[in-house]
Amino acid sequence: MAMLEGASSVDRLAPKVDAHEESLIRRIQNGEQELFYELVKPHERRVYTAAFAILRNPADAEEVAQEAMLKAFTHLKQFRAEARFSTWLIQIAVNEARMRLRKDHSEVMEPIGERQDDEGTYTPREFADWRELPSEALERSEIRQLLLEALASLKSKYREVFVLRDIHHLSIEEVAAILEISRASVKTRLLRARLMLRDFLAPRVAAGWFGREPFQKGNKPW
Amino acid sequence: MVISCEQVWQEISNYLENEVDPSLRASIEEHVRGCKRCTAVLDGTRNIIQLYGDDRLFQVPMGYGWRLRRRLADYMPGRRGTAYGWLIAVAALGLFTATLGLARSAASAPPTARSEHAQPGKGIPSGLTVLVAGHGKLFHIAGCTFIHEKDGPVRSMTAGEAIKEGYTPCTRCLGEYLSRLANLLRKQAWAVLLL
Ligand SMILES: [Zn+2]
Ligand SMILES: [Zn+2]
Repeated sequence: MAMLEGASSVDRLAPKVDAHEESLIRRIQNGEQELFYELVKPHERRVYTAAFAILRNPADAEEVAQEAMLKAFTHLKQFRAEARFSTWLIQIAVNEARMRLRKDHSEVMEPIGERQDDEGTYTPREFADWRELPSEALERSEIRQLLLEALASLKSKYREVFVLRDIHHLSIEEVAAILEISRASVKTRLLRARLMLRDFLAPRVAAGWFGREPFQKGNKPW
Repeated sequence: MVISCEQVWQEISNYLENEVDPSLRASIEEHVRGCKRCTAVLDGTRNIIQLYGDDRLFQVPMGYGWRLRRRLADYMPGRRGTAYGWLIAVAALGLFTATLGLARSAASAPPTARSEHAQPGKGIPSGLTVLVAGHGKLFHIAGCTFIHEKDGPVRSMTAGEAIKEGYTPCTRCLGEYLSRLANLLRKQAWAVLLL
């Protein structure tokens, strides 16, 4: 079930206003609080993922996801229908996760984004050929692990944009609104995030689909 | 128009999202055809978008949904009744499933679940989905308030597996469960058998 609910291509085509969702919101705002879980259930996976992408730790992510849902519940009266409900929820989750991150000072690892200047052009460093895309590769936990590791290695400002856009498939405008940055910044950061992830993963892929051997410089095909 | 590798890299997102005008698109494609490096960057970036856009990448922890639900229920001011309501609903669903299982086995042997002092695990359908918490010793049905997060991550398994792994049924949720089941069977065995 949860897998279906997250179906991204469907989500992208979904109308901005969901009549059922709208009526649920109105009823909850008018006191039928017990309907709240029904309202958020279709989004619970996304809220968790957004928190996880920022915090990089399942336990913290779950706690933050719960906090975000409680916050959404207490502030539901303030929700205005101009935004999609899911976007509003994710925004709360992102804010909660950022607060948690600041509180824990946990951003200690050297992010790969630091190595190049933010505003300049990002220059790809790896040119290993990566044409094959075995989609069933995602069934393997070590591959999911490697992808998550690559994502975790990004500086948070790139990770946030990438997660909202390429994982949650929000529009550039929605990402800009959630993170309170300009559309242009969203696009710059998104491009960098994609290229950095590619730099991280391409050599490992070229070394044989995420084989256990660490990448060796001598193996480059050029 | 001849463009450089750097220009191609700058436009990769726009190109992949169909946001470049036709002439720039043509220039990019022409460049990429003759450039191994840009081919690698373009293919790789496309792969990144596909892989990360796939729902299978992120797996939510087992039991996340119902822990969230319980947290919300506990939080609702003055809504304890509601929290209890959904516990009942979950239990009822479990009961229904379990009743079916028992009803089937009842065809050959009489149900043994009528006694509340049954042996550990006795009378609990082995296929019933139950939850165990990390280093806890008990297994529960979803919604039991005696599952403690501090006991570690919650896993779900069948009652049969839980018993095999040495867990014993929680008397709070499963004791109640068994007595309800016995009642239900007494009252409705005939109805269940018709299903
Ligand atoms: Zn080139
Ligand atoms: Zn229990």
